[in-house]
Amino acid sequence: MASDRIDVRHVAKLARLALTESEVLRYGSQLAGLLTFVDELRGLDTEHVGATAQVVESRNVTRPDVVGPCLSREDALAGAPQAQNGFFRVPKIIAAAE
Amino acid sequence: MISERSSVPPADAAAKYEAVIGIECHVELKTASKMFCGCPNAFGGEPNTQVCPVCLALPGALPVPNAAAIEHMIRAGLAFDCAIPAFSKFDRKNYFYPDMPKDYQISQYDMPLTQGGVVRYWLADGTLRECRLTRIHLEEDTGKSTHAGSGDGRIAGSTYSLVDFNRAGVPLMECVSDPDIRSADEAVAFLDALKRTFVQLGISDVKMEEGSLRCDANVSLRLRGAAEYGTKTEIKNMNSFRSVHRAIQSEIERQTGLLERGERIIQETRGWDEAGGVTHSMRSKEKAHDYRYFPDPDLVPMEIDAATVERVRAALPELPIARYERYVDAYKLSVAQATQLVDNASLAEYFDRAVDSAKSPAGVLNFVLGDLSRLANESGIEVAHSKVTPEALAELVALTDAKTINSKVAKDVLVRLWNDGGSAKAIVQADGLAQVSDPAAVGAFVDAALAANPKSVADFAAGKENALKFLIGQVMKASRGTANPALVETVLRDRMR
Amino acid sequence: MSADDLLFTSGARAIARSVNRRERSAADIAEAVRVALPERDRDLGAYLTLTPDLMRQHARRVDERIAAGETLPLAGVPVAIKDNMCLRGTRTTCGSKMLENWIAPYTATAVGRLLAAGALPIGKTNMDEFAMGSSCENSALRTTRNPYDFDRVPGGSSGGSAAAVGAELATLALGSDTGGSIREPAAFCNVVGFKPTYGRVSRYGLIAFASSLDQIGPFARTVEDAALAYDAIAGYDPLDATSLNAPNEPTADALRTDLRGMRVGIVKEFGTADLGPAIHAAYAQAYADLAALGAELVEVELPTAKYGLATYYLIAPAECSSNLARFDGVRYGLRVDGADVGEMYEKTRAAGFGDEVKRRILIGTYALSSGYYDAYYVKAQKARTAIADDFKRAFARCDLIASPAASTPAFTFNAKSDPVAMYLMDYYTIPVSLAGLPALSVPCGAVVPEDGTRPMPLGLQLAAPLFSERLLLGAAHAYERATQHALKLPRPQIAKAP
Repeated sequence: MASDRIDVRHVAKLARLALTESEVLRYGSQLAGLLTFVDELRGLDTEHVGATAQVVESRNVTRPDVVGPCLSREDALAGAPQAQNGFFRVPKIIAAAE
Repeated sequence: MISERSSVPPADAAAKYEAVIGIECHVELKTASKMFCGCPNAFGGEPNTQVCPVCLALPGALPVPNAAAIEHMIRAGLAFDCAIPAFSKFDRKNYFYPDMPKDYQISQYDMPLTQGGVVRYWLADGTLRECRLTRIHLEEDTGKSTHAGSGDGRIAGSTYSLVDFNRAGVPLMECVSDPDIRSADEAVAFLDALKRTFVQLGISDVKMEEGSLRCDANVSLRLRGAAEYGTKTEIKNMNSFRSVHRAIQSEIERQTGLLERGERIIQETRGWDEAGGVTHSMRSKEKAHDYRYFPDPDLVPMEIDAATVERVRAALPELPIARYERYVDAYKLSVAQATQLVDNASLAEYFDRAVDSAKSPAGVLNFVLGDLSRLANESGIEVAHSKVTPEALAELVALTDAKTINSKVAKDVLVRLWNDGGSAKAIVQADGLAQVSDPAAVGAFVDAALAANPKSVADFAAGKENALKFLIGQVMKASRGTANPALVETVLRDRMR
Repeated sequence: MSADDLLFTSGARAIARSVNRRERSAADIAEAVRVALPERDRDLGAYLTLTPDLMRQHARRVDERIAAGETLPLAGVPVAIKDNMCLRGTRTTCGSKMLENWIAPYTATAVGRLLAAGALPIGKTNMDEFAMGSSCENSALRTTRNPYDFDRVPGGSSGGSAAAVGAELATLALGSDTGGSIREPAAFCNVVGFKPTYGRVSRYGLIAFASSLDQIGPFARTVEDAALAYDAIAGYDPLDATSLNAPNEPTADALRTDLRGMRVGIVKEFGTADLGPAIHAAYAQAYADLAALGAELVEVELPTAKYGLATYYLIAPAECSSNLARFDGVRYGLRVDGADVGEMYEKTRAAGFGDEVKRRILIGTYALSSGYYDAYYVKAQKARTAIADDFKRAFARCDLIASPAASTPAFTFNAKSDPVAMYLMDYYTIPVSLAGLPALSVPCGAVVPEDGTRPMPLGLQLAAPLFSERLLLGAAHAYERATQHALKLPRPQIAKAP
């Protein structure tokens, strides 16, 4: 393992990225470097500070329950790497508990 | 997959343990459009024809929440006495799956639209129960995968899958109960309560066969009287209330068997196999999911103020549990009668209006669950939409209760009301259908019948009671059913003494 | 007036005026651009896709509308669009192999508004893959050069748009700015680059990098043109829940000629002495020029700004890790087959994404993952609040904040191989982005880099309180008018030196 700070293989699994051995090593050290860099945040006292998820202060932005236009099926499927009978086709799904 | 066939444990073993059950169910909300885009929220449709950049997760598309879905949630929450927090938000639940277009689901993590609450429900024997809710939150549905190549449409053994995103983005509420349920019967009764409440509120059709209600159950056992919970399993793939009942019962029996043999229950997800009547382990070797929830930066928070809550509360209809209790307590309906009415909201409203006019719940009930329901079934017209107004029915009940007409006449008048509408009183008056209880008038009918049927008179004298029935029939016929039957019998017996 | 003069040196206002007065047709302009553009862009590499047919269609429509009596604010103005904004029927790549052949079936709101205002779409411009980078070197599809020195980068991530406007291959361009992706390339390419307040311009149809930070804005050769473009694209969009539902005040009529009565904050923590004597002197002069226009210079403190980079490099990757999950080979874009769907995902994403994108997806996934969420993601969100609060306090004492737009002028290709070294380019722009503030970069001089021979432009960043676009553009116009730095450099290169 390139770094004991970050289990790159596990994170790549979560992110669904296939990594080569050399990428595991390279990203491992780069990401460890980046984590060291962001560690400076520990120097900032945020005990009495709220978290900002969004800078906009608007609330309750909704749309009325009204039906609008859909894409044509041709447009919907136009970019599909593989389509069949109006469906998107994917390789077999390995069943896994959610 | 590991299959364990459960053998039914002996009764004393079953009595030793108490089941502890919690339900998680997903209910599709009834709206015109989807949760975050304007595509129609409609079941069926050719595959991938109800999709747009948003619900297909095209690059650059953004979600905007459906106001009606949020209001539906508040209605649901208020129906079950949930708290409606002043602040709520949407979060992203990240996991990859082919029928999940964005590979994250917009859901609610730590600040759902409703918290707490309680579902009150009743069992077939009339026992009232309560199950607390943990929360109800709002999210979006996924698309649907069809598995091909396995012959039976199942995922196991399939060689590829076909994905339709028409359902992707349909508003979905997830209800999570506390583990307050103690039996398969209670679980189904609890689900019935959810279903009839959501239908009554108009927020969902709750059609399990169309997948608009899907549920999982957490099941564990403990020794009766024990305070601590046992190890639970999560049961999935139950697609009808019947299969919920069977699956939970089967799981209780499986766990009982394991405990009786001194084995451990493994915490796991188990899939219900409808055909085999057993649950299968769905253990996967993967690590526990790490959904990496975080606030969705494409959406802004919701603040539900007290005025909104009160506006929604004021518009709530009478809820099924309240109606049920009113019928049983005030009207003395049986559990089955009350349930039948509560489960048919339009019939129950009709019933209530008729009772309001007639002040005779029992009389109205007889017609509503009896002849009226029969006529409705035969014609395919709902009682509430028939020509028999609740007011006309109330008149009919009043005429019957006052013995102005007898039950035979009442049935005939009802049919006429069903076919032509109008007022029961007017029909009875116009056709002279009022019951004749004047002894002189009845005596005239009786004398005529005796004169015309000497053989029956002789038979009666010889002790044949049947002859009396025949004579009563003759009198009723002659009087077009209006003669008071009790008086007819009295006068007949008197004359033939 | 030759086609070249009109297209390649005129401003948007002048072009629109001549087309609105029917002195020249939009169709003629479209034709001139169509003929000239491929050759002019051959070596510069600003564009990934040219859209001559679409441009012609729009030109015809513009001419019809003007014939019908309409006046259009951007009539016949040739524009470039960063390739992370959808344009129906046009390839939209995000500079990535993942979307190399993806045709967008819909149009981004901002793009639609620009075109509805009469603009003519020249094409889609190069960018760092998924807008992640500060040099355009992370494009998987093309190399874009700096018009002032072909050995140098145009900046990024909106490098193609900046280079196109800088090299006079477009009158206006749209870019997107997440941590500095408009302002830094604008500084590098001697143009004005403007990032509006977060929420002013709809993000609908902008392929997301970091949703809480991304904002579309214009590039132009003058502040006035930037204001014109901004006025065309800004405003509430019901398709973007984060778009501000507030009346939009036009900015193009708010341009000032002096800065009297205005207080300009110079940030104590943003000293320029470390940037070298030439750069230090250039910014000192820029601040002095602001004062000469009547502004009162005040020192303000942003004690938490130094945490900006660390904060940004947690929040932006976290959001990107989720935003980029949809590139999975199922519905569009690249697919690399696998034995099962999981393998297909992993191979597709491995092949479709470049190094920097993968790094950010990994660090973002990590920051959100179980056990690290509070320590990294939540901590960064809190730091973000602290930084925004610092700006609020600072703006109690001043109307605008002035600083460098980037740490250096344009650097040479491959000069920043260490990711963190590249991140440092955005030291001045990132805190502003985290606070959601409107900011722009306006040319403020040039320096000859130590490793170069030609003078390379510098940009002055001006940042304003939320929603203060009028104030910001008005002041920038006064500075630009008084200094005219953009015109002091020699004409940009459009072809490789022989």
